[in-house]
Amino acid sequence: MSQTSHGIGGLSYDAKKRPWPAEFNVFLALVILVGAFELIGRVFLGDSFLFNTRENVSGLFNEQRLQIIILQVSIVGIIAIGVTQVIICGGIDLSSGSIVGATAMIAMSFAQVATVNGNPNPKAMFINYGWTDLPVIVPLLVAIGCGLIAGLINGLLIAYTRIPPFIATLGMMVTARGIAKWWSKGQPISFPTDSFAAIGKGLMPVIIFISLAILFQLILTYTKYGKHCYAIGSNEDAARMSGIKIANHKVLVYAIAGILAAIAAVVLSSKNLTAQAGMGVMYELDAIAMAVIGGVSLSGGRGSIIGTVIGSLIFGVIISGFTFLRLDAYYQEMVKGVIIVGAVVLDQWRQRRRAIGA
Amino acid sequence: MSDIVLKTENLTKHYGGVHALQEANFELRKGEHVAIMGDNGAGKSTFVRQITGVEQRTSGKIWFDGREVNFAGPIEAREAGIETVFQNLALADDLDVPSNLFLGREKVLFNLGPFSILDRKAMRKATEAALVRTAVKIPNLSSTIRHMSGGQRQCVAIARTATFASKLIIMDEPTAALGVQETAQVENIIRTLKENGEPLILVSHNMRQVFDLVDRIVVFRRGRIVANLRKQDTDGNDIVAYITGAKTGQAELQAA
Repeated sequence: MSQTSHGIGGLSYDAKKRPWPAEFNVFLALVILVGAFELIGRVFLGDSFLFNTRENVSGLFNEQRLQIIILQVSIVGIIAIGVTQVIICGGIDLSSGSIVGATAMIAMSFAQVATVNGNPNPKAMFINYGWTDLPVIVPLLVAIGCGLIAGLINGLLIAYTRIPPFIATLGMMVTARGIAKWWSKGQPISFPTDSFAAIGKGLMPVIIFISLAILFQLILTYTKYGKHCYAIGSNEDAARMSGIKIANHKVLVYAIAGILAAIAAVVLSSKNLTAQAGMGVMYELDAIAMAVIGGVSLSGGRGSIIGTVIGSLIFGVIISGFTFLRLDAYYQEMVKGVIIVGAVVLDQWRQRRRAIGA
Repeated sequence: MSDIVLKTENLTKHYGGVHALQEANFELRKGEHVAIMGDNGAGKSTFVRQITGVEQRTSGKIWFDGREVNFAGPIEAREAGIETVFQNLALADDLDVPSNLFLGREKVLFNLGPFSILDRKAMRKATEAALVRTAVKIPNLSSTIRHMSGGQRQCVAIARTATFASKLIIMDEPTAALGVQETAQVENIIRTLKENGEPLILVSHNMRQVFDLVDRIVVFRRGRIVANLRKQDTDGNDIVAYITGAKTGQAELQAA
């Protein structure tokens, strides 16, 4: 028995064997995409996508465009954060868009002013009860409560009845949309208080999105909760054998996804100064697409919030780029579909190549 | 009596009408490595599943670490100090080595319930120490299990059982799916465990491996223990005779 084969163990660290972070590929895709739009713009339109070309505005970059890109993805981006941790945990959440709709309707009813231009607010839901001009904390708590309840129902169904997450959240998607329509019999709910309207004003959605993204990136990387998300998504049986309480964890994951959808609802209805029953339609699919484009594996266990944020930027750049090239909005949707499928195909291909290579 | 780690008395398991395990009387002493051999369906795995709480026995008694025990599940058995390397490994493919070692029992810096902050440095250090102690060689701690060979995965699984200063390690065919070199690596780890005085139950089909590694061989046949022999009192032909049923009857150890 020689010393080399037995007795000494430990590590021989090889920097070359360090895995290449998947987020880097996604970021590269973003850079290439921006570069493509820049090139097409310069060649065919004589205009720049990224840089400032107007004389009357100072600055290197076209700040207006950059703002629009990030502003239009930040609300769905908040949902995508919740969806990302659900997918990492091996699940899926189709209900987030409808939770946005229902939550926006219910929360907005508690954020309305009593009088508009001296007349009683015609849209006020609870004016007869005197529930108007309430402090902003009331609609906020109502919203978080709505998201929490919806998320808890999703989580409890998935954890304890063992029905597939696809079905449980599909049910919630239809039901929550029904609630959104029933709440005011289809009428929009408008005229929020100034303090409620301040939540989604200007660049606030971006600030909220980025703060939540940083918070959840840290949670997923540095806490037990995050570690268990990856473990369950990676090998649920192994996680169970290791003593992780799978059911509790899943309930928590879906509850958090519900709360994040509710936060998105508050920001959206505050930004638009109104809530409508049709709010957030298709947001769940956009959020899933952002995560998938960002390298979150639909089979669970892999991905990160950073990836999803970059994925959301890719989303924003595509939409903004098509506008920049003056192409119809119809093309956007067609291309969006292609990109979602393409991202999943790429992920599958990457996995298979890895399996052969290992 | 005090140096007996594990003892079973008339341990029996019936699956409906199938008598998978009948009146198994088994003892394991401190620091002892015992092999369990037998044909497929002889009751080896059934025996392991009763001890580790994966299944509930039909009748019989189990003593572990001086107490009579009734494990409701594998987690209880693990908490009592029985670590098992299962055939299907039970590792999370997308986590790195320290995360797998500490899965479900993470070291934390601040306790915030489910959102407790992980002590990643301490877990990494403990992992390195465990790998040195078990002589497991892993090229890169930060790489995920997905990127590892079958042998490396098996080594991680074994290092995990050895990390937690368990009172008993059970390995169910740890080298069944491994190549020659990888098998040698796993066997070296088992030797290291022996030197450290950690008791082990090894379920194996590999005659050479068994004679290389363990002190005592227990043979199962048709759900019964048919032989319980010290390594030096027997040989391969003898064991094969018991496994196939050419030799029958309870071969007992002389009182030690």
